[in-house]
Amino acid sequence: MTEFKRRDFLKLAAAGATLSAAGCATMAPKGRVVVIGGGFGGATAAKYIRMWDPAIEVVLVERDGAFVSCPISNLVLAGYSTMQEITTGYDGLRRHGVQVVRDEATAIDAAKKTVKLARGGDLTYDRLVVSPGIDFTFAEVAGYEAAMGTGRVLHAWKAGPQTVDLRKQLEQMKDGGVYILSIPVAPYRCPPGPYERASMVAAYFKQAKPRSKVLVLDANPDVTSKPGLFKAAWKDLYGSTLEYRGNAKAVGIDAKTMTVKLEVEDVKGDVLNVVPPHAAGEIARKAGLITTNNRWCDVDWRTMESKVVKGVHVLGDATLSGPGMPKSGSMANNHAKIAAAAIVEMLNGRSPAPVKIINTCYSFVSQKEAIRVSSVHEWDATQGTLIAVKGSGGVSAARSEAEGTFAWHWAKTIWADSLA
Amino acid sequence: MRTVFVFATALAVAPIAAFAQDAGGRNLAAACAICHGTSGAPGQGSPLVPLAGLPKDHITTQMKAFRDGKRPATVMHQIAKGYSDEQIDQLASWFASQKR
Repeated sequence: MTEFKRRDFLKLAAAGATLSAAGCATMAPKGRVVVIGGGFGGATAAKYIRMWDPAIEVVLVERDGAFVSCPISNLVLAGYSTMQEITTGYDGLRRHGVQVVRDEATAIDAAKKTVKLARGGDLTYDRLVVSPGIDFTFAEVAGYEAAMGTGRVLHAWKAGPQTVDLRKQLEQMKDGGVYILSIPVAPYRCPPGPYERASMVAAYFKQAKPRSKVLVLDANPDVTSKPGLFKAAWKDLYGSTLEYRGNAKAVGIDAKTMTVKLEVEDVKGDVLNVVPPHAAGEIARKAGLITTNNRWCDVDWRTMESKVVKGVHVLGDATLSGPGMPKSGSMANNHAKIAAAAIVEMLNGRSPAPVKIINTCYSFVSQKEAIRVSSVHEWDATQGTLIAVKGSGGVSAARSEAEGTFAWHWAKTIWADSLA
Repeated sequence: MRTVFVFATALAVAPIAAFAQDAGGRNLAAACAICHGTSGAPGQGSPLVPLAGLPKDHITTQMKAFRDGKRPATVMHQIAKGYSDEQIDQLASWFASQKR
């Protein structure tokens, strides 16, 4: 699309939204919110701001043409779901009057309140929402960057092309081969995700390549989420097909010899699924939003506003998580509701009030059975953060097909709540 | 610098009482939407009862039964323990006022 047409389109879109939003051609919008990133956080923020105050203009900047869900993507690896099933387009948001711009934000000028786009031009905003997800710090695993070009090492920790590639590698692997899953030190995106993935690949091997093995190399000392439930499932369902090793941090890889280097030994595999350590998505770094450990963005949990850059709200995995708060799709969706409520209040000249939120994470341990962890978080003025409400939350009593049914239902519902 | 290509929008003066929603109940209920659907309307084929338009007393009774362990559940007993009587009342009022 040419510069001119793009500009034209945006003008038209803006004008259209203004007309339909205010229901009155003479009424100016109350302000414009630009949202960077169309994942669970950004999409939900865009939708809920429009839903709660249609007089606010919302522009969503997203580099991909559709949303591909990380939750359920582990089932794609086992052949229990498809890429099509975990993909949702942005038309639902457009129906809410969100202007969806397919582009990449390359810089933020918080003083001028502008966002620079890769394909040219700036967007001005009254409030900015940055929901960039995570990026990987590849350099922390020696040889990773060199190996990436070969396609022989994958993270598949952002659902998309790598999910497809990893599925292919698992299908092509010989029976009797070893699949290595390397997990970075916490915090990382989706605490139970790696253990669900190990379960899914083990389920696939048991069914299609029974002599093969899943080897989990965890940089953490023990399973970081639902350890009792995962370990019981592994023992009962997969036995020697799945081997778990704690304190096994990958410090390097060699794609030529298909080796993962740990601190004390080298381990060879046939499929290398090495998930590098994470930090907040690159745009957060460029915009100076990172506050902690050179990785995460601290926020005011009453509004999700950055602690260091005024007028900018940061959501989801990129945030410095509050106590007991996982980096999850449910959390990002709920962060977005805190931000949406606050932004609506601010643009209406009122003071925001804290919002109570819920996390729920399901993990499949076999094709039909799942386990779950939930928590409720509320603002605590004394501690100045969101804390888990005492006595609330917990995990499944046991793995079950009922939880599996609810897991699928949760996925479809949160996709719709975020994007439809 | 490239053109700033979207309309410049001025912040309008806050309209007085243009926003008469029950934001407290609405905000509390928004968290439930990850399983119960936006505004308490789960999608087709959902195993969950739509909360939108359920009688207020019914929602209140059920939430308290979950909280007190009187109604068995896979997850709601753990979630309900995170809410006070007052918050349950706000949630129930808001869901009851939503269209089915």
